[in-house]
Amino acid sequence: MELSLATRTVGEHTVLEVGGEVDVYTAPRLRERLLELIDGGTRRVVVDLGRVDFLDSTGLGVLVGALKRLRSADGSFALVCDKEPLLKIFRITALDQVFPLHPTVDAAISADPTGASA
Amino acid sequence: MATVKLSFSPAPVHVRTARLVGVAVARRAGVREDLLDEVRLAIGEACTRAVALHRQYGLHDPVLVEMSDSGAYSVRVVDRAPIEAGIGLAALPPDELAKESLSEDALTTGVGFALLAGFVEDLQVRPVDEGIGTEVRMVWPVGR
Repeated sequence: MELSLATRTVGEHTVLEVGGEVDVYTAPRLRERLLELIDGGTRRVVVDLGRVDFLDSTGLGVLVGALKRLRSADGSFALVCDKEPLLKIFRITALDQVFPLHPTVDAAISADPTGASA
Repeated sequence: MATVKLSFSPAPVHVRTARLVGVAVARRAGVREDLLDEVRLAIGEACTRAVALHRQYGLHDPVLVEMSDSGAYSVRVVDRAPIEAGIGLAALPPDELAKESLSEDALTTGVGFALLAGFVEDLQVRPVDEGIGTEVRMVWPVGR
């Protein structure tokens, strides 16, 4: 399945819903979308990986890039993921110690220390 | 002898094809269903690495993927980049991963290798027997 990207706003947060396969071919589109959001002034981003069925190192690199950009702009970045195969990828790469990972969008937003939720 | 051989021009768009073929052959070979996600990811990472090396060195040679099911399911992914580029990769510790100074490419390479090492119990990265290049060899048991 190809990559799908959709954004919605929840209070002060922008939720980017990602679906399908994030790999070396599709990850540039995810990078572009995240850069558009950040360059457009979005500072609180939650990426919902709930409908992702494949994620590789290229996709992980893009997510870390967004995390770093937002961190240096005093923003926040969190991931939503409750699928065991994807969680295992985060554990094996030690990126579970880098990203705030939450099981639901609500949990990600309410855990954001940088600002109030809706 | 390989059961299935696939060679593709080093473009990201073809990596998905290699993954799909690799999993189809694994399933046919009798690899356990619960290992197939790992097979898919590992073949994808090995091919992504090969494509990245070919692009880095401006090589147009195809990337070769050989799948064999004699005894176990083994997959070889062969690139043609200079050997020093392909061997000696190491997984990155967590405090390195989020460092500002680490480029996205370096991070992706380190993470890709961590995934290969983490998901493939029987993994070898070594120079090819003939010519220039490295091969990533991965083996999974078959459940028959």
